[in-house]
Amino acid sequence: MNPTQTMDPAKTEVEQKYKVIGTRPIRHDGVDKVTGRAVYGADVQLPGMLHGKVLRSPHAHARVKSVNTEKAEALYGVKAVMTAADFPDAGSRTANLGELGEVPLKPMCDNVMASDKVVYHGHAVAAVAATSPHIAEEALKLIEVEYEVLPPVMDVLKAMEEDSPLLHDDLYTDELGEKSSKPSNVASHSRHVLGDINQGFAAADHILEREYRCATVHQGYIEPHAATAMWNPDGYLTMWVTTQGAFTVRTSVHQILEIPVSKLKVIPTEIGGGFGGKIPVYGEPVAAVLSRKARRPVKVVMDRTEVFQATGPTSGSYVKLKMGVTNEGRITAAETMLAYEAGGYPGSVVSLGGICMFAPYNVENLTIDMYDVVVNKPKTAAYRAPGAPNSEFAAECMIDEFCEILDMDPMEFRLKNGAKEGDIQCHGIPHPRIGCLETTEAARDCEHYQTPLEGPNRGRGVASGYWVNAGLTSSVTARLNGDGTVTLQEGSTDIGGTRTSIAMQLAEVLGIPVEDVVPSVADTDSVGYTEVTGGSRVTFATGWAAYNAGQSIRSQLIEQAAAIWKVDKDQVSLADGVIATTNGDSKSISIKELAADLSQKGIDIGSRETVTPQNHGGAYATHIVDVEVDPDTGKVTILRYTAVQDAGRAIHPSYVEGQMQGGVVQGIGWALNEEYYYNEDGHLMNSSFLDYRMPTSLDLPMIETIIVEVPNPGHPYGVRGVGEVPIVPPQAAVSNAIARAVGTRLGDLPMSPQRVVKALSAKS
Amino acid sequence: MAIVHIPALLHSLTGDVRKLEVEGRTVGDLIDQLELLYPGIRDRLVENGHLRSGLAIFVDGMVRREALEFEVPPQSEVLFVPAVAGG
Repeated sequence: MNPTQTMDPAKTEVEQKYKVIGTRPIRHDGVDKVTGRAVYGADVQLPGMLHGKVLRSPHAHARVKSVNTEKAEALYGVKAVMTAADFPDAGSRTANLGELGEVPLKPMCDNVMASDKVVYHGHAVAAVAATSPHIAEEALKLIEVEYEVLPPVMDVLKAMEEDSPLLHDDLYTDELGEKSSKPSNVASHSRHVLGDINQGFAAADHILEREYRCATVHQGYIEPHAATAMWNPDGYLTMWVTTQGAFTVRTSVHQILEIPVSKLKVIPTEIGGGFGGKIPVYGEPVAAVLSRKARRPVKVVMDRTEVFQATGPTSGSYVKLKMGVTNEGRITAAETMLAYEAGGYPGSVVSLGGICMFAPYNVENLTIDMYDVVVNKPKTAAYRAPGAPNSEFAAECMIDEFCEILDMDPMEFRLKNGAKEGDIQCHGIPHPRIGCLETTEAARDCEHYQTPLEGPNRGRGVASGYWVNAGLTSSVTARLNGDGTVTLQEGSTDIGGTRTSIAMQLAEVLGIPVEDVVPSVADTDSVGYTEVTGGSRVTFATGWAAYNAGQSIRSQLIEQAAAIWKVDKDQVSLADGVIATTNGDSKSISIKELAADLSQKGIDIGSRETVTPQNHGGAYATHIVDVEVDPDTGKVTILRYTAVQDAGRAIHPSYVEGQMQGGVVQGIGWALNEEYYYNEDGHLMNSSFLDYRMPTSLDLPMIETIIVEVPNPGHPYGVRGVGEVPIVPPQAAVSNAIARAVGTRLGDLPMSPQRVVKALSAKS
Repeated sequence: MAIVHIPALLHSLTGDVRKLEVEGRTVGDLIDQLELLYPGIRDRLVENGHLRSGLAIFVDGMVRREALEFEVPPQSEVLFVPAVAGG
């Protein structure tokens, strides 16, 4: 801070330092959304557009012996029918997944449309485009598919057994380049090791060993997947998609269909939630192929059943954990085995589960074994802090059990063992500046935690959580208009209000109101390459690109003003939207006035910025929950919930609070209600929101939030990602609260009423 | 010289040596040197001339997308970490 600046003691540090950052402006896209004018995926309408529908497998595991589409093709109104045979042969081609390297393309193609085998109930096997959705549905009934039904494998541990039915005859366990001698459902095994695990357990006074399970759960975004494709006869393909990453769709469709990226434009529509589930492609290549065959635009919209059956839920998981602590409450060792379901094809998020599991603590002796396992469920996708809730649920439950054994306050335990800058993480990389301890201290000191909880069958639970966050590549294009406003095109699709949080960072640099920045989400032809809206990275990385764009425009304005005034540019400054000389001659001009002047002269002021920052810094949260358990019905009522989280710097505090509240609600759903129910044949039995029960505002109290700000030194404004970590602590916090309420620990999610009653019966 | 951390699953190849100083200009050079010390280790890290899929290279805490071509500053810490994707 400028030492000569007058400090107003009534203002916070942020208020004194910034004009825009830390304020709560109305979102730029708000009016369109509340008036229903915003265009979502299913709203796209084009002249001559056809409607695509997908035929899905009634079996969880079967060979596809033949597909006969002749009768469907003959139906009046049907313009195109497709199967996997219409995709170019994936053969041994690979898909480039950036930091994940080159992976075989065939599983990605087969997940979009099965070729030789279906590996989950609802797997796509054929598709139709017709003049109406009803004709398309009728045509699906005319497609004849001959299956050879195989036994399904629905549980991760059963899938790992030697004699388990195999999903893929050509899948061998990969242990960092060493392949198993025979095929297996275990796609990979990886490991992290720190210190000496035997020595660590030898130093422990108390050792616990437990098993924990998480059910398969879905992201539950409100808007189903929708894609519209228009493949022109000249070979150019345009797509309108609800997606977390327009460039990711472009890359995936380019790879599956072998169409050059130069002939493929993806236009992202508004998006009604994604939480990681709208990164993979499903109907996009299907709509494209149908459009090419029909020579008309084709829209493919999923219904809710299709979303549940055939889009990525997150991994069901099994965790075996052994930990040791001293009488003083120091963690001496942790040994764990994580087995995550990948769904029908390899690629779960078990690696992230391993990295995050002990990140809130400094554990010097640990071993983490991670297994990626295929089962006959939909191919898993990312889900808000993917992988972290499963593993951290186990660690946080066991830590609470230790606290009871030691009669130690859970916050004190966490502060004693809490991770700090320089501590080595499980993969060997030291923590950067993090806010783990500060977050825990704020939770300990808050009014909720300091207020005693009273009453029968009531308990208070505490849990912490970590999410790694991400940087990746982001781009923006900014242009100064003649009226002094700035048009800002962003490559990141806007899920959580990021148009505004990105625009605020540019506005801060120029000292203009954020309402003078006009942000929009651009298509893949109109902005630089930008990776997905995921990893809690957009306000961090795309915001940084906007910051750079602001700095560039600022420099250009100073240069132009200096040229007009015939002074050196070092004698010109820009503050609060006004450019002025600093040499004492008192010349000044507002950005609006200068913009008008430059516009008249035909001088263009703007910037195109691309960044790939890495210092994203991890995010920490500590949550407190009070519950009441009905011992007769097993119903768990959330009485009060407080989420405390380090945001680094809260650019728009309302958005940060909203992310915290949303993450908590999803975490509570995961803890108490949500679960994929499969019958013995591997059929999903609850593929609607009536039967797949997510919490609503009627189920929960207002979620209280406390934002802690430990600025991330790796960002110009100190930003850390905030969107994902709040889903991590709730599962364990609720389990720990139930344990404190009724003396029974539950290690399997969800902790549904029947599970609670069963546990209470077993106890009594 | 760079300090190279050996991935846990390869400790059996190195006789439980977990990290060591290795000479080399690039990450690829470091792996070549490791291969001389511990035959077979290159095939576990490199596939078809590229870093094996599912692995990421961290040098002094930063992911290096240049992978095998990345020029390693002296005394850098080099780690091979299972690559992760999120959302």
